[in-house]
Amino acid sequence: MVTVWDYLPYILEGVWWTLGLVGGGLLLGFAIGLPLAVAQVYGNRILKGLVEVYAWFFRSVPLLVLLFLFYWGIFPALGYKLDPLTCSILVLGFRSGGYQSQIFRGAMQSISEGQFIAARTLGMSNSQAIRHIILPQTLRIAIPGWANEYAIILKDSAICFVLGVMEILTRTRYVVMATLEPLLPYFIAGGLFILLTYGGTKLVNIVYEKTRIPGLIGRM
Amino acid sequence: MSFWEEFISYLIQGWITTLEILAVCIPLSILLGLGLAVARVYGNRLISLIAGGFVALLRGLPLVVTLLIVFFALPKLGIFFPPFWAAVIAFVMCSGAYQSEYVRGAIRSIDIGQSLAAQSLGMTKLQEVVHIILPQAFRRALPGITNEIIYLILYSSLAYLVGVQELFAVAKHFNSLQFRPIEIFSTTALIYAFMATIATLAFRKIEVKLRIPGLEIT
Repeated sequence: MVTVWDYLPYILEGVWWTLGLVGGGLLLGFAIGLPLAVAQVYGNRILKGLVEVYAWFFRSVPLLVLLFLFYWGIFPALGYKLDPLTCSILVLGFRSGGYQSQIFRGAMQSISEGQFIAARTLGMSNSQAIRHIILPQTLRIAIPGWANEYAIILKDSAICFVLGVMEILTRTRYVVMATLEPLLPYFIAGGLFILLTYGGTKLVNIVYEKTRIPGLIGRM
Repeated sequence: MSFWEEFISYLIQGWITTLEILAVCIPLSILLGLGLAVARVYGNRLISLIAGGFVALLRGLPLVVTLLIVFFALPKLGIFFPPFWAAVIAFVMCSGAYQSEYVRGAIRSIDIGQSLAAQSLGMTKLQEVVHIILPQAFRRALPGITNEIIYLILYSSLAYLVGVQELFAVAKHFNSLQFRPIEIFSTTALIYAFMATIATLAFRKIEVKLRIPGLEIT
Protein backbone atom coordinates (compact mmCIF):
# COMPACT_ATOMS: atom_id res chain seq x y z
CA MET A 1 0.00 0.00 0.00
CA VAL A 2 1.54 3.27 -1.12
CA THR A 3 0.87 6.18 1.20
CA VAL A 4 1.28 9.91 0.72
CA TRP A 5 4.48 9.86 2.74
CA ASP A 6 6.14 7.62 0.16
CA TYR A 7 5.67 10.45 -2.31
CA LEU A 8 7.22 13.07 -0.04
CA PRO A 9 10.63 13.07 -1.84
CA TYR A 10 8.76 13.44 -5.12
CA ILE A 11 6.95 16.56 -3.86
CA LEU A 12 10.12 17.93 -2.28
CA GLU A 13 11.89 17.72 -5.63
CA GLY A 14 9.38 20.31 -6.80
CA VAL A 15 10.98 22.85 -4.45
CA TRP A 16 13.91 23.14 -6.88
CA TRP A 17 11.54 23.80 -9.77
CA THR A 18 9.64 26.38 -7.73
CA LEU A 19 12.90 28.08 -6.74
CA GLY A 20 13.97 27.98 -10.41
CA LEU A 21 10.76 29.76 -11.42
CA VAL A 22 11.16 32.32 -8.63
CA GLY A 23 14.88 32.89 -9.19
CA GLY A 24 14.54 33.14 -12.95
CA GLY A 25 11.49 35.38 -12.74
CA LEU A 26 13.06 37.70 -10.17
CA LEU A 27 16.33 38.05 -12.11
CA LEU A 28 14.63 38.70 -15.44
CA GLY A 29 12.25 41.09 -13.68
CA PHE A 30 15.25 42.90 -12.20
CA ALA A 31 16.97 43.11 -15.59
CA ILE A 32 13.79 44.63 -17.04
CA GLY A 33 12.58 46.63 -14.05
CA LEU A 34 15.73 48.59 -13.22
CA PRO A 35 16.32 50.08 -16.71
CA LEU A 36 12.58 50.81 -16.94
CA ALA A 37 12.70 52.68 -13.64
CA VAL A 38 15.70 54.73 -14.79
CA ALA A 39 13.83 55.48 -18.02
CA GLN A 40 10.72 56.49 -16.13
CA VAL A 41 12.56 58.85 -13.80
CA TYR A 42 15.25 60.27 -16.08
CA GLY A 43 13.93 59.55 -19.58
CA ASN A 44 12.16 61.88 -21.98
CA ARG A 45 8.40 62.02 -22.31
CA ILE A 46 8.06 59.26 -24.93
CA LEU A 47 10.21 56.88 -22.91
CA LYS A 48 8.20 57.63 -19.78
CA GLY A 49 4.97 56.95 -21.62
CA LEU A 50 6.21 53.63 -22.97
CA VAL A 51 7.34 52.47 -19.53
CA GLU A 52 4.01 53.48 -18.05
CA VAL A 53 2.09 51.47 -20.65
CA TYR A 54 4.34 48.44 -20.07
CA ALA A 55 3.95 48.61 -16.28
CA TRP A 56 0.20 49.21 -16.59
CA PHE A 57 -0.33 46.22 -18.87
CA PHE A 58 1.67 43.69 -16.90
CA ARG A 59 0.24 44.85 -13.59
CA SER A 60 -3.40 44.82 -14.72
CA VAL A 61 -3.64 41.43 -16.41
CA PRO A 62 -3.99 38.17 -14.44
CA LEU A 63 -0.94 35.90 -14.55
CA LEU A 64 -3.22 33.09 -15.73
CA VAL A 65 -4.21 35.07 -18.84
CA LEU A 66 -0.60 36.10 -19.52
CA LEU A 67 0.60 32.50 -19.31
CA PHE A 68 -1.98 31.33 -21.84
CA LEU A 69 -1.52 34.34 -24.09
CA PHE A 70 2.25 33.84 -24.32
CA TYR A 71 2.37 30.05 -24.25
CA TRP A 72 -0.34 29.42 -26.86
CA GLY A 73 -0.39 32.73 -28.68
CA ILE A 74 2.56 35.10 -28.78
CA PHE A 75 5.60 32.81 -28.59
CA PRO A 76 4.32 30.31 -31.21
CA ALA A 77 3.29 33.21 -33.47
CA LEU A 78 6.86 34.54 -33.23
CA GLY A 79 8.14 31.11 -34.18
CA TYR A 80 9.34 29.98 -30.75
CA LYS A 81 8.13 26.71 -29.37
CA LEU A 82 9.05 27.02 -25.73
CA ASP A 83 8.81 24.39 -23.04
CA PRO A 84 6.49 25.24 -20.13
CA LEU A 85 9.31 26.05 -17.70
CA THR A 86 11.06 28.55 -19.99
CA CYS A 87 7.77 30.16 -20.96
CA SER A 88 6.69 30.45 -17.31
CA ILE A 89 10.00 32.03 -16.30
CA LEU A 90 9.75 34.54 -19.13
CA VAL A 91 6.15 35.49 -18.29
CA LEU A 92 6.89 35.74 -14.55
CA GLY A 93 9.91 37.87 -15.47
CA PHE A 94 8.05 40.22 -17.84
CA ARG A 95 5.37 40.70 -15.22
CA SER A 96 7.78 41.12 -12.35
CA GLY A 97 9.62 43.67 -14.48
CA GLY A 98 6.48 45.77 -14.43
CA TYR A 99 6.18 45.51 -10.64
CA GLN A 100 9.89 45.96 -9.99
CA SER A 101 10.05 49.05 -12.17
CA GLN A 102 7.57 50.65 -9.76
CA ILE A 103 9.53 49.50 -6.70
CA PHE A 104 12.76 51.00 -8.07
CA ARG A 105 11.04 54.14 -9.29
CA GLY A 106 9.65 54.75 -5.79
CA ALA A 107 13.07 54.16 -4.27
CA MET A 108 14.78 56.43 -6.81
CA GLN A 109 12.31 59.23 -6.25
CA SER A 110 12.84 59.04 -2.50
CA ILE A 111 16.48 60.08 -3.00
CA SER A 112 16.78 63.83 -2.70
CA GLU A 113 17.44 65.70 -5.91
CA GLY A 114 20.45 67.41 -4.34
CA GLN A 115 22.40 64.17 -4.68
CA PHE A 116 22.06 64.20 -8.44
CA ILE A 117 22.86 67.89 -8.69
CA ALA A 118 25.90 67.46 -6.43
CA ALA A 119 27.20 64.65 -8.62
CA ARG A 120 26.79 66.80 -11.72
CA THR A 121 28.61 69.68 -10.00
CA LEU A 122 31.53 67.35 -9.31
CA GLY A 123 31.81 66.90 -13.06
CA MET A 124 30.12 63.51 -13.36
CA SER A 125 28.17 62.81 -16.49
CA ASN A 126 24.45 61.98 -16.28
CA SER A 127 25.12 58.26 -16.59
CA GLN A 128 27.98 58.38 -14.06
CA ALA A 129 25.74 60.15 -11.58
CA ILE A 130 23.02 57.57 -12.02
CA ARG A 131 25.36 54.60 -11.87
CA HIS A 132 27.62 55.66 -9.01
CA ILE A 133 25.40 57.86 -6.87
CA ILE A 134 21.73 57.09 -7.48
CA LEU A 135 21.66 53.35 -8.16
CA PRO A 136 23.70 52.16 -5.16
CA GLN A 137 21.26 54.00 -2.90
CA THR A 138 18.20 52.93 -4.90
CA LEU A 139 19.07 49.25 -4.64
CA ARG A 140 19.51 49.42 -0.87
CA ILE A 141 16.28 51.36 -0.34
CA ALA A 142 14.41 48.97 -2.61
CA ILE A 143 15.31 45.81 -0.69
CA PRO A 144 12.16 45.69 1.50
CA GLY A 145 9.98 46.18 -1.56
CA TRP A 146 12.01 43.48 -3.19
CA ALA A 147 11.37 41.08 -0.30
CA ASN A 148 7.68 41.68 -0.91
CA GLU A 149 8.13 40.98 -4.61
CA TYR A 150 9.87 37.72 -3.75
CA ALA A 151 6.89 36.63 -1.64
CA ILE A 152 4.45 37.61 -4.39
CA ILE A 153 6.32 35.85 -7.19
CA LEU A 154 6.82 32.76 -5.03
CA LYS A 155 3.10 32.43 -4.48
CA ASP A 156 2.34 33.24 -8.12
CA SER A 157 4.79 30.60 -9.31
CA ALA A 158 2.26 28.01 -8.09
CA ILE A 159 -0.11 29.20 -10.83
CA CYS A 160 2.40 27.93 -13.42
CA PHE A 161 1.06 24.44 -12.70
CA VAL A 162 -1.57 25.19 -15.36
CA LEU A 163 1.17 24.76 -17.98
CA GLY A 164 2.41 21.59 -16.30
CA VAL A 165 5.71 22.94 -14.93
CA MET A 166 6.90 20.28 -12.49
CA GLU A 167 6.87 22.58 -9.47
CA ILE A 168 5.42 21.85 -6.03
CA LEU A 169 1.73 22.18 -6.87
CA THR A 170 1.85 20.11 -10.09
CA ARG A 171 3.52 17.27 -8.23
CA THR A 172 1.05 17.62 -5.36
CA ARG A 173 -1.84 17.22 -7.75
CA TYR A 174 -0.28 14.09 -9.25
CA VAL A 175 0.08 12.67 -5.76
CA VAL A 176 -3.57 13.47 -5.02
CA MET A 177 -4.58 11.60 -8.17
CA ALA A 178 -2.32 8.64 -7.39
CA THR A 179 -3.38 8.24 -3.76
CA LEU A 180 -6.94 9.63 -3.95
CA GLU A 181 -6.08 11.38 -0.72
CA PRO A 182 -6.43 15.16 -1.13
CA LEU A 183 -5.97 16.39 2.42
CA LEU A 184 -2.39 15.54 3.30
CA PRO A 185 -0.68 16.37 -0.04
CA TYR A 186 -2.25 19.83 -0.14
CA PHE A 187 -1.27 20.45 3.47
CA ILE A 188 2.30 19.41 2.68
CA ALA A 189 2.36 21.75 -0.33
CA GLY A 190 0.88 24.55 1.78
CA GLY A 191 3.48 23.98 4.48
CA LEU A 192 6.31 24.11 1.93
CA PHE A 193 5.05 27.39 0.50
CA ILE A 194 4.66 28.96 3.95
CA LEU A 195 8.19 27.87 4.83
CA LEU A 196 9.59 29.29 1.58
CA THR A 197 7.64 32.55 1.95
CA TYR A 198 8.71 33.37 5.49
CA GLY A 199 12.18 31.85 5.19
CA GLY A 200 12.98 33.80 2.04
CA THR A 201 11.57 37.06 3.36
CA LYS A 202 13.72 36.70 6.48
CA LEU A 203 16.81 36.10 4.36
CA VAL A 204 16.21 39.23 2.27
CA ASN A 205 15.73 41.29 5.43
CA ILE A 206 19.08 40.07 6.75
CA VAL A 207 20.67 41.28 3.50
CA TYR A 208 18.88 44.60 4.02
CA GLU A 209 20.30 45.06 7.51
CA LYS A 210 23.77 43.99 6.34
CA THR A 211 23.91 46.41 3.41
CA ARG A 212 22.25 49.29 5.22
CA ILE A 213 24.22 52.53 5.35
CA PRO A 214 23.58 54.30 8.67
CA GLY A 215 21.93 57.65 8.15
CA LEU A 216 20.62 56.81 4.69
CA ILE A 217 16.91 57.48 4.45
CA GLY A 218 15.93 54.01 3.29
CA ARG A 219 13.88 53.08 6.32
CA MET A 220 10.63 51.73 4.99
CA MET B 1 -22.26 33.85 -36.68
CA SER B 2 -18.87 35.40 -37.21
CA PHE B 3 -15.95 34.65 -34.92
CA TRP B 4 -16.18 37.94 -33.09
CA GLU B 5 -19.96 37.89 -32.60
CA GLU B 6 -19.81 34.44 -31.10
CA PHE B 7 -16.74 35.30 -29.04
CA ILE B 8 -18.30 38.44 -27.59
CA SER B 9 -21.50 36.66 -26.60
CA TYR B 10 -19.38 34.00 -24.87
CA LEU B 11 -17.25 36.60 -23.11
CA ILE B 12 -20.23 38.53 -21.82
CA GLN B 13 -21.62 35.45 -20.09
CA GLY B 14 -18.29 34.86 -18.37
CA TRP B 15 -17.83 38.51 -17.56
CA ILE B 16 -21.16 38.57 -15.72
CA THR B 17 -20.05 35.64 -13.57
CA THR B 18 -16.77 37.39 -12.82
CA LEU B 19 -18.68 40.50 -11.79
CA GLU B 20 -20.91 38.37 -9.56
CA ILE B 21 -17.86 36.92 -7.84
CA LEU B 22 -16.43 40.39 -7.33
CA ALA B 23 -19.73 41.85 -6.14
CA VAL B 24 -19.79 39.28 -3.34
CA CYS B 25 -16.05 39.25 -2.60
CA ILE B 26 -15.23 42.95 -2.46
CA PRO B 27 -17.60 43.98 0.38
CA LEU B 28 -17.06 40.72 2.31
CA SER B 29 -13.27 40.97 2.09
CA ILE B 30 -13.31 44.57 3.33
CA LEU B 31 -15.50 43.54 6.28
CA LEU B 32 -13.23 40.60 7.07
CA GLY B 33 -10.19 42.86 6.84
CA LEU B 34 -11.70 45.32 9.32
CA GLY B 35 -12.82 42.50 11.62
CA LEU B 36 -9.43 40.78 11.66
CA ALA B 37 -7.62 44.05 12.29
CA VAL B 38 -9.92 44.95 15.20
CA ALA B 39 -9.57 41.43 16.61
CA ARG B 40 -5.80 41.69 16.49
CA VAL B 41 -5.54 45.13 18.04
CA TYR B 42 -8.38 45.05 20.58
CA GLY B 43 -9.01 41.35 21.16
CA ASN B 44 -7.80 39.57 24.29
CA ARG B 45 -4.69 37.52 23.96
CA LEU B 46 -6.45 34.41 22.65
CA ILE B 47 -8.53 36.23 20.05
CA SER B 48 -5.65 38.31 18.78
CA LEU B 49 -3.47 35.20 18.60
CA ILE B 50 -6.09 33.36 16.54
CA ALA B 51 -6.65 36.32 14.22
CA GLY B 52 -2.89 36.83 13.85
CA GLY B 53 -2.34 33.16 13.08
CA PHE B 54 -5.13 33.21 10.50
CA VAL B 55 -3.58 36.22 8.76
CA ALA B 56 -0.06 34.74 8.80
CA LEU B 57 -1.37 31.46 7.41
CA LEU B 58 -3.39 33.02 4.60
CA ARG B 59 -0.56 35.39 3.67
CA GLY B 60 1.92 32.54 3.52
CA LEU B 61 -0.19 30.29 1.30
CA PRO B 62 -0.51 30.87 -2.44
CA LEU B 63 -4.14 31.68 -3.22
CA VAL B 64 -4.23 28.75 -5.67
CA VAL B 65 -3.36 26.37 -2.87
CA THR B 66 -5.98 27.90 -0.55
CA LEU B 67 -8.57 27.56 -3.28
CA LEU B 68 -7.70 23.94 -4.05
CA ILE B 69 -7.75 23.09 -0.34
CA VAL B 70 -11.19 24.67 0.10
CA PHE B 71 -12.62 22.90 -2.92
CA PHE B 72 -10.81 19.55 -3.04
CA ALA B 73 -9.49 18.86 0.46
CA LEU B 74 -12.21 20.15 2.81
CA PRO B 75 -14.90 17.78 1.40
CA LYS B 76 -12.74 15.00 2.85
CA LEU B 77 -13.54 16.53 6.25
CA GLY B 78 -17.22 16.66 5.38
CA ILE B 79 -17.23 20.36 4.46
CA PHE B 80 -18.56 20.80 0.96
CA PHE B 81 -18.97 24.00 -1.06
CA PRO B 82 -20.25 24.42 -4.63
CA PRO B 83 -17.59 25.86 -6.98
CA PHE B 84 -18.81 29.46 -6.90
CA TRP B 85 -18.85 29.60 -3.11
CA ALA B 86 -15.58 27.73 -2.73
CA ALA B 87 -13.98 30.43 -4.87
CA VAL B 88 -15.69 33.21 -2.93
CA ILE B 89 -14.57 31.77 0.41
CA ALA B 90 -10.96 31.37 -0.71
CA PHE B 91 -10.82 34.86 -2.24
CA VAL B 92 -12.46 36.57 0.74
CA MET B 93 -10.19 34.85 3.26
CA CYS B 94 -7.06 35.66 1.30
CA SER B 95 -7.91 39.25 0.43
CA GLY B 96 -9.31 39.92 3.91
CA ALA B 97 -6.07 38.72 5.48
CA TYR B 98 -3.97 41.03 3.29
CA GLN B 99 -6.32 43.98 3.82
CA SER B 100 -6.28 43.51 7.58
CA GLU B 101 -2.55 44.30 7.59
CA TYR B 102 -3.24 47.75 6.15
CA VAL B 103 -6.11 48.38 8.55
CA ARG B 104 -4.07 47.22 11.52
CA GLY B 105 -1.26 49.57 10.53
CA ALA B 106 -3.79 52.37 10.18
CA ILE B 107 -5.36 51.71 13.60
CA ARG B 108 -1.91 51.72 15.18
CA SER B 109 -1.11 55.04 13.51
CA ILE B 110 -4.03 56.87 15.11
CA ASP B 111 -3.08 59.17 17.96
CA ILE B 112 -3.75 57.73 21.42
CA GLY B 113 -5.37 61.03 22.35
CA GLN B 114 -8.35 60.12 20.18
CA SER B 115 -8.94 57.03 22.24
CA LEU B 116 -8.52 58.89 25.54
CA ALA B 117 -10.87 61.63 24.40
CA ALA B 118 -13.51 59.08 23.45
CA GLN B 119 -13.22 57.42 26.84
CA SER B 120 -13.45 60.72 28.70
CA LEU B 121 -16.66 61.43 26.78
CA GLY B 122 -18.06 58.28 28.36
CA MET B 123 -18.01 56.09 25.26
CA THR B 124 -17.78 52.35 25.67
CA LYS B 125 -14.86 50.57 24.02
CA LEU B 126 -17.19 49.36 21.25
CA GLN B 127 -18.52 52.86 20.57
CA GLU B 128 -15.00 54.22 20.56
CA VAL B 129 -13.77 51.66 18.02
CA VAL B 130 -16.84 51.91 15.77
CA HIS B 131 -17.35 55.67 15.83
CA ILE B 132 -13.90 57.13 16.44
CA ILE B 133 -11.12 54.74 15.49
CA LEU B 134 -12.42 52.77 12.51
CA PRO B 135 -13.71 55.71 10.42
CA GLN B 136 -10.24 57.24 10.57
CA ALA B 137 -8.35 53.97 10.17
CA PHE B 138 -10.43 52.97 7.16
CA ARG B 139 -9.59 56.21 5.37
CA ARG B 140 -5.90 55.80 6.05
CA ALA B 141 -5.93 52.16 4.94
CA LEU B 142 -7.89 52.87 1.77
CA PRO B 143 -4.94 53.10 -0.67
CA GLY B 144 -3.70 49.72 0.55
CA ILE B 145 -7.19 48.25 0.41
CA THR B 146 -7.53 49.52 -3.18
CA ASN B 147 -4.39 47.62 -4.12
CA GLU B 148 -5.77 44.44 -2.65
CA ILE B 149 -9.06 44.88 -4.52
CA ILE B 150 -7.11 45.18 -7.77
CA TYR B 151 -5.34 41.92 -6.95
CA LEU B 152 -8.73 40.39 -6.13
CA ILE B 153 -10.03 41.35 -9.58
CA LEU B 154 -7.03 39.76 -11.28
CA TYR B 155 -6.96 36.63 -9.13
CA SER B 156 -10.69 36.06 -9.57
CA SER B 157 -9.58 34.32 -12.80
CA LEU B 158 -8.36 31.43 -10.63
CA ALA B 159 -12.00 30.47 -10.03
CA TYR B 160 -11.84 28.65 -13.36
CA LEU B 161 -9.69 26.01 -11.64
CA VAL B 162 -12.67 24.78 -9.63
CA GLY B 163 -15.02 24.95 -12.60
CA VAL B 164 -16.66 28.35 -12.21
CA GLN B 165 -17.63 29.59 -15.69
CA GLU B 166 -16.10 33.04 -15.26
CA LEU B 167 -14.35 35.26 -17.80
CA PHE B 168 -11.11 33.32 -18.16
CA ALA B 169 -12.88 29.96 -18.15
CA VAL B 170 -15.13 30.89 -21.07
CA ALA B 171 -12.19 32.39 -22.97
CA LYS B 172 -10.20 29.20 -22.49
CA HIS B 173 -13.17 27.10 -23.54
CA PHE B 174 -13.75 29.23 -26.62
CA ASN B 175 -10.08 28.92 -27.51
CA SER B 176 -10.36 25.14 -27.39
CA LEU B 177 -13.16 25.39 -29.97
CA GLN B 178 -11.63 27.97 -32.30
CA PHE B 179 -7.92 27.98 -31.46
CA ARG B 180 -7.18 31.61 -32.09
CA PRO B 181 -5.22 32.21 -28.88
CA ILE B 182 -3.81 35.65 -29.69
CA GLU B 183 -7.17 37.30 -30.37
CA ILE B 184 -8.96 35.43 -27.60
CA PHE B 185 -6.46 35.86 -24.77
CA SER B 186 -5.42 39.40 -25.63
CA THR B 187 -9.08 40.47 -25.62
CA THR B 188 -9.51 38.74 -22.28
CA ALA B 189 -6.36 40.45 -21.01
CA LEU B 190 -7.72 43.85 -22.01
CA ILE B 191 -11.04 43.21 -20.25
CA TYR B 192 -9.21 42.44 -17.00
CA ALA B 193 -6.98 45.48 -17.47
CA PHE B 194 -10.10 47.55 -18.09
CA MET B 195 -11.73 46.31 -14.87
CA ALA B 196 -8.54 46.93 -12.88
CA THR B 197 -8.21 50.45 -14.27
CA ILE B 198 -11.86 51.31 -13.60
CA ALA B 199 -11.54 50.00 -10.04
CA THR B 200 -8.41 52.08 -9.47
CA LEU B 201 -10.17 55.23 -10.67
CA ALA B 202 -13.33 54.44 -8.69
CA PHE B 203 -11.45 53.90 -5.45
CA ARG B 204 -9.46 57.08 -5.99
CA LYS B 205 -12.79 58.89 -6.32
CA ILE B 206 -14.01 57.30 -3.11
CA GLU B 207 -10.80 58.35 -1.38
CA VAL B 208 -11.36 61.95 -2.42
CA LYS B 209 -15.04 61.80 -1.41
CA LEU B 210 -14.23 60.46 2.03
CA ARG B 211 -11.35 62.82 2.67
CA ILE B 212 -11.66 64.91 5.80
CA PRO B 213 -9.67 68.12 5.49
CA GLY B 214 -6.97 68.29 8.14
CA LEU B 215 -6.90 64.54 8.72
CA GLU B 216 -4.28 63.88 6.05
CA ILE B 217 -1.55 61.51 7.09
CA THR B 218 1.33 63.46 8.51
